[in-house]
Amino acid sequence: MKDLTQLALDIAKASGATYADIRIVEGQNETIAIKNGRVEELITSTDYGFGVRVIADGAWGFAGSFLVERDEIERVARLAVEIAKASAMIKKQDIAIAPAPVIQDTYRSPMEIDPFTISLEDKLALLSKAEEIVRKTPGVSISSASMSISREKKVFASLEGSYIEQEITETGAGLDAIAIKESDIQERSYPNSHGGNFSTAGYEFIQGLRLEDNAARIGEEAVKLLSAKECPSGEFTVVLDGSQLALQVHESCGHPVELDRVLGMEASYAGTSFLTLDKLNTFRYGSPVVNISADATVPGALGTFGYDDEGIPAQKFDIVQGGMFVGYLTSRETAVILGQQSNGCMRADGWGRVPLVRMTNINLLPGDSSLEELIDGVKDGLYLATNRSWSIDDKRLNFQFSTQIGWEIKNGKLGAMVKNPNYTGITPEFWNSCDGIAGQDEWGIWGVPNCGKGEPMQVAHVAHGTAPARFRNIKVGVGR
Amino acid sequence: MDKQRIEEALQTAIGFSNADQLEVLASSRSMALTRFSNNYIHQNVAETNMSICIRAVVGKRIGYASTNRLDKESIKETVERATEIAAYRPPDPEFASLPEPRLITERDLVATPTVEYTPVERATDLQKLINLAAKNSLTAAGAYSTGYSVVGVANTLGVNATAVISEASLKTVIMSETSSGYGSIVAIDVNDIDVGKIASDAIEKALKSKNPIDLEPGTYTVILEPEAVADMVSFMAYAGFGALSLQEGRSFMKDKLDQQIMSSSISIWDDALDPNTIGLPFDFEGVPKRKVVFVENGVAKGVCYDSYTAKKEGKESTGHALPAPNIYGPLPLNLIMAAGDSSLDQMIQSSDRAILVSRFHYTNLEDPIKTTLTGMTRDGTFLIENGEIKTAIKNLRFTQSIVDALSKVEMVSAERKLKEAFLGGSFVPWLKIGEFTFTGATQF
Repeated sequence: MKDLTQLALDIAKASGATYADIRIVEGQNETIAIKNGRVEELITSTDYGFGVRVIADGAWGFAGSFLVERDEIERVARLAVEIAKASAMIKKQDIAIAPAPVIQDTYRSPMEIDPFTISLEDKLALLSKAEEIVRKTPGVSISSASMSISREKKVFASLEGSYIEQEITETGAGLDAIAIKESDIQERSYPNSHGGNFSTAGYEFIQGLRLEDNAARIGEEAVKLLSAKECPSGEFTVVLDGSQLALQVHESCGHPVELDRVLGMEASYAGTSFLTLDKLNTFRYGSPVVNISADATVPGALGTFGYDDEGIPAQKFDIVQGGMFVGYLTSRETAVILGQQSNGCMRADGWGRVPLVRMTNINLLPGDSSLEELIDGVKDGLYLATNRSWSIDDKRLNFQFSTQIGWEIKNGKLGAMVKNPNYTGITPEFWNSCDGIAGQDEWGIWGVPNCGKGEPMQVAHVAHGTAPARFRNIKVGVGR
Repeated sequence: MDKQRIEEALQTAIGFSNADQLEVLASSRSMALTRFSNNYIHQNVAETNMSICIRAVVGKRIGYASTNRLDKESIKETVERATEIAAYRPPDPEFASLPEPRLITERDLVATPTVEYTPVERATDLQKLINLAAKNSLTAAGAYSTGYSVVGVANTLGVNATAVISEASLKTVIMSETSSGYGSIVAIDVNDIDVGKIASDAIEKALKSKNPIDLEPGTYTVILEPEAVADMVSFMAYAGFGALSLQEGRSFMKDKLDQQIMSSSISIWDDALDPNTIGLPFDFEGVPKRKVVFVENGVAKGVCYDSYTAKKEGKESTGHALPAPNIYGPLPLNLIMAAGDSSLDQMIQSSDRAILVSRFHYTNLEDPIKTTLTGMTRDGTFLIENGEIKTAIKNLRFTQSIVDALSKVEMVSAERKLKEAFLGGSFVPWLKIGEFTFTGATQF
């Protein structure tokens, strides 16, 4: 492999590159999906290729190909430099990148049971049993279960001398129940919506989800929602469960602290960020109980790795400390703006896409409360759980989420189930209204395998550690 | 180009089949994209990929496998893997057969200049756009892509279709401190991209939308530009124009066929062969695409099918299969909305008080049967009073049923635009809608 990476770097340098790196990536995936008793997806796939990134004439160029062969590597390395020289036709100044350590290392994500050693029969059996329980719940219209297993082996080599091999295995699974009555459609998912929960771990993660034990509950809840009352409209105290909070953190904290977005590099797609440079260390993002960190080292979390796709070691650092905004996610290029070194957040979707500043594990740190205590402190409010839909504006301020289920809270006790809950707010107002976060015992990690960003579109696998939290004066039941 | 290579991969895979039936979907993509922000190029990429996906049928068991290694040995392994996997899968009693071959209408979808466009040519075009923005003291961001794809489908029943499609796309957001404007175009031939016109459209919006004022959310008459209409129609199609959603009872078309569900001025269909769309003449099962009418003069008429959902109802596929396997079922990728006889100027002049929306942002469905959509306005939102644009307003959040909105359509423009949206490209007009509900505001 080293001869191929060296060939790319040599050709890039000889063609005029002042910086070059190459990533050779091999992916393997297995997906199983069962719906209404029928196996809808049962597919294995492999994917192989390489991408060369260069700076030439002070500007970036990138090219990738599926043909990992010497001739093609030479062609693609030259093309990357040609592209960089075209970029240099419209530049403001030469690209500067922060220094990085030269690293030669290997990283392998830990696991107990290699998921690729488990037979398809066993995997199908695990999913089928759980799906059957959902399907046989009286009143369920659509039942489904899915599992995804993947492994990415990648080599990173740079002109600076780094050579890093990584092997990351991911596993995830989930269950879903849909109940329909006339124009009313209700859905419950376990352990989370949008496919379940995901990790960088082995098959033990899927076994540990205990899908079968939770199947009847979600089926019954979906059916009960059909006869539940509508979520009320108005301003309420809201307690959010950990899985919904994960997406709230993702959209209203994770994306706005990506420094490339802040600098306008995503302006024409999903937009920019309200967390402009002047707000670093001066802006009160949330109440004093709100602490958020980026941590690419959490064992088993979906956003965990050894090195990012610029060869920077995985790191843990603060984003929000005591409510104050204190840190961005950076790359070697963007860190220069802050006079810092990269904190290791450059990640690419496979071999064919250029690394972008991406989330790792963006975690809302546990507080000192509990779900019971949070609910106990509410006279008239709502407990909302499991995301149904999400939307946020192009500066990451005005958001609206709907959840699959809710319960009234009356005088400190959970009350009647409510359906079609949604809530809306403005990011800093929302996080400043947070007056309680549950503790470590109720804190968990939620893998998000579908984080979209960039053009051409890239999908990143990230995660969020959260515990239930309470927010005051939240606008609920929007558009009713 | 890779057409020959794709055709060879198809036949190689078919040749290795020992399943009862075998389908091969082969595709290649060679695309380059130049991305710019703050009036300079910050990202510039090219990618070449080629892959095959095998669907092996053994009795009523089906297995899938895919790879992007296209040497003979890897193709053989992938065919064998799909066939082995089929053995694990329980039989699907409702599966009948892969599609039989049918006559496919040829469509020329390739422009050599697009295929051969270079990074220097893209940069030269963008220099014009950025110069125009800078001349107006504005900042440009965007993406400009050129390239081509080859899609081929073959099966052991004789289906054998290959098509090449070139695509050029330019999108830009041009910004001042307090405003922004958007311009976009997608075309088969890069020479049809008028960079100056796209830049001018976005600059005009950015200048007009400076210093927006607050406006209370509420229910207003709206005029939606084609970008917003395409977004809305695309989500509606996703929610209810495919046969699977109807068969599963989660489509808003359920129990509504042949009933009036929208204003009589609204007709929506899918037609990949219409010259105003950019669509392959066959679907990902190699079935020729047919025109399907979903809504005609406001009346719900039908949905689109792939071979599996069609067989369930004893019908023929309409040629709307997505790449298998997928959980979405068939979906339309070339939506068209009928033209009216109005114009944007007439819509504005006829409005006592209305909101003009250039574009939506981050739309998402809250309820697929009620078609409740939420999202933000973006890149130019304006208050119209007494027949003219009075002022720019800050962006608003809407929460609105799409079907309800389309049942309150007052005017439809004669002119239509092809706009990329959530599901492929949609060719749609401007719409004036009597009531549209905005539920929130923001600070910019």
